[in-house]
Amino acid sequence: MSPAGRLAAVLLLAMIFASRVSDPAVAADETRQASITDRSVQWPTAGQWRRLLLLEDYNTRVVLLGATMLGFAGGAVGSFALLRGRALMGDALSHAAVPGIGLVFLAVTMAGGDAKSFVLLLAGATCSSLLGLAVILFLRNATRIKEDAALGIVLSVFFGAGAAALGIAQQTTGHAAGLEGFIYGKTASMVASDALLIAGAGLTVTVLCLLLFKEFKLLCFDEGFAASRGYSILLLDIALMGLVVAVTIVGLQAVGAILMIAMLVVPACAARFWTERMGLMTLLSAIIGAASALVGAGMSALLPRLPSGAIIVLVASVAFVVSMLGAPARGILARAMRRRRLNAKVHRQHLLRAVYEWLESHGQAPRRGQHDESDQVPIAELLPMRSWSQGELRSYVARAESRGLLRTGPGNLLRLSPLGCEEAAANVHNHRMWELYLIHFADVAASRVDRDADAIEHVLDPTILAELESLVHEGAAARVVPTSPHPMPHAGET
Amino acid sequence: MSTPMAAAAQHASGDRDSAAPGALPLSIYDLTVAYHSKPVLWDVSLDVPPGKLVGIVGPNGAGKSTLFKAVMELVPRASGRVLVFGKPYRQNRRRVGYVPQRESVDWDFPVSALDVVTMGLYGKIGWCLPVTRKYRQAAMKALERVGIADLAHRQISHLSGGQQQRTFLARALVQDADLYLMDEPFAAVDAATERVIVDILQELKSAGKTLMVIHHDLQTVVDYFDYVVLLNMRVVAAGTTAETFTSENLQKTYGGKLTLLDQATEAMRRSEGSR
Repeated sequence: MSPAGRLAAVLLLAMIFASRVSDPAVAADETRQASITDRSVQWPTAGQWRRLLLLEDYNTRVVLLGATMLGFAGGAVGSFALLRGRALMGDALSHAAVPGIGLVFLAVTMAGGDAKSFVLLLAGATCSSLLGLAVILFLRNATRIKEDAALGIVLSVFFGAGAAALGIAQQTTGHAAGLEGFIYGKTASMVASDALLIAGAGLTVTVLCLLLFKEFKLLCFDEGFAASRGYSILLLDIALMGLVVAVTIVGLQAVGAILMIAMLVVPACAARFWTERMGLMTLLSAIIGAASALVGAGMSALLPRLPSGAIIVLVASVAFVVSMLGAPARGILARAMRRRRLNAKVHRQHLLRAVYEWLESHGQAPRRGQHDESDQVPIAELLPMRSWSQGELRSYVARAESRGLLRTGPGNLLRLSPLGCEEAAANVHNHRMWELYLIHFADVAASRVDRDADAIEHVLDPTILAELESLVHEGAAARVVPTSPHPMPHAGET
Repeated sequence: MSTPMAAAAQHASGDRDSAAPGALPLSIYDLTVAYHSKPVLWDVSLDVPPGKLVGIVGPNGAGKSTLFKAVMELVPRASGRVLVFGKPYRQNRRRVGYVPQRESVDWDFPVSALDVVTMGLYGKIGWCLPVTRKYRQAAMKALERVGIADLAHRQISHLSGGQQQRTFLARALVQDADLYLMDEPFAAVDAATERVIVDILQELKSAGKTLMVIHHDLQTVVDYFDYVVLLNMRVVAAGTTAETFTSENLQKTYGGKLTLLDQATEAMRRSEGSR
């Protein structure tokens, strides 16, 4: 046994990759397909770039087609699996496929057949993947093991068995090279017939997704209602998991068992950021998946030693990060900006109300539509009116000033501009309308009202305000600011 | 253990094998349902008269939702028989409209209110066929009926609780069923929605439909329902509101009179655990 092989006795996985490099016979017979542990990347030449971009090579064309179709189908199925809460199931199933590949390889070699027959290997993968699914369902239904634990058990045990099977295959036959492509993905080792098979399977899965779109949507949204309408939840789940298995199995060679889950989850999650419509989400997810697979497979053609699965996943994750940050409605940045804007508005309204109330308690309440500035207000006296620090108050004042709502003068004084008077009066008006409404219609004690009113008034929309007007005001002139229904807590301090 | 009222209901069921066109909307005989060998419904027998607005009342965990689910065969029945208009549920599925609890789904799901209502028509549309304009218009009509047609294209998480409940109601209305099972349609809805739902229930009732509504607010039972079922793992009482909705029956339903049943349950669980 070679030194590397002895190391592998401890680490089976490492053996699968490492022992081949140390075996000169294997290394010689497959010069292009060196192990992926050999990191000596050779940068592509201009000629290779040209051949790829112009699709000069028949094999490259077919491989790119296969990968793209696979990505498309994976994205589509993934959107359903994600919404059904079964995303991790795909991960367990892809890992569960590995022992099938190893065992079929061994069996066929012993029988003297073509052990690298793609179709036979995939058949083995399908069988062991389905077995994995059966074990998950058994553990979940027949014992009290929860689904996540069942997934963890199947994933690790099957993958361990697979690693062992591949190791034994390598040990006994000596020509199991290339099988590790099923673990990390290797589009560069695909031949045209494999790629065509993958493209055909991807197309079939896509068509089935299209046909069952309506039923899957119902299953994912409301299984109780679906069952009450006579749909068999079990059958629909089996159909969905069947599609997941199909995509996973044909994707093993391009993406690999370990990373296949990314093809199902990442495009679907990225797509969800952009839309609130399920049809569009599925389409976007499919497109993101297809584009990632196309780019990944293309790069893999240029850099055959890099695992294509990793490249595909990295491209997909770029799409994900961009979506997560930049999507207009659900993206992180958009949400943060909305929150900031709302906070700023709340602070501004609090400031204006405090100023108004101070002026009011000094008999100088500003009116709506007045043409001159309000009387001056000492900023220091606003401080005890709310729970804001001196620094916060100063920054709110500065921001309001930059919006032209008020003007600060010497001696730490401020005056509301006509615009500020207008806004302050309107704002206090709304606040008190809401307070009155709460007292009269919602049975809230007057002493508690101020806080409750605070929380809601900043998001009041005009139709509710109009309703309040008519409910509370009983015909009085609407533009008059009502007096506060509760004693002003800070009036005495001023 | 059976109370006079429950016994009366059982007697009333009379000859039960006639599946005549005039069969009762819902007949339940000796229904028992258990989750993980813990019984939730014990020997429930119930006959629901046609054209009534039936309130189902009982404490939390009394098996009210489970009763609906057992009727629709969504949970396995340990024993018992259920007839819907004289036939097993699966043969009369189309005559039953179901409004699940609002909390039973993820409202962040990427669908619009119109999409949700259209789901009530999937059975009519058939497998693998797309939703055509005819069906979308029918769904739109149902949304108009519950007063939120203007929100048809809004994603469902951007609807208020009351609007979400109306969406679910519209999904049941669109089926044009004869028996409606509604699981807490009044839970956490605004006053306007409550009025809309009450109006629609009355409308359906005067059209000869039968409505069974799980209800929590004991204050409004007398106003809303003309027939009540008091349920706590078994039918404590069932009958017209005037006769049945008495403080004595309520005490039996909500009070601590179930010790024997509790003990039996506990004993069963222990024997299961020791196996």
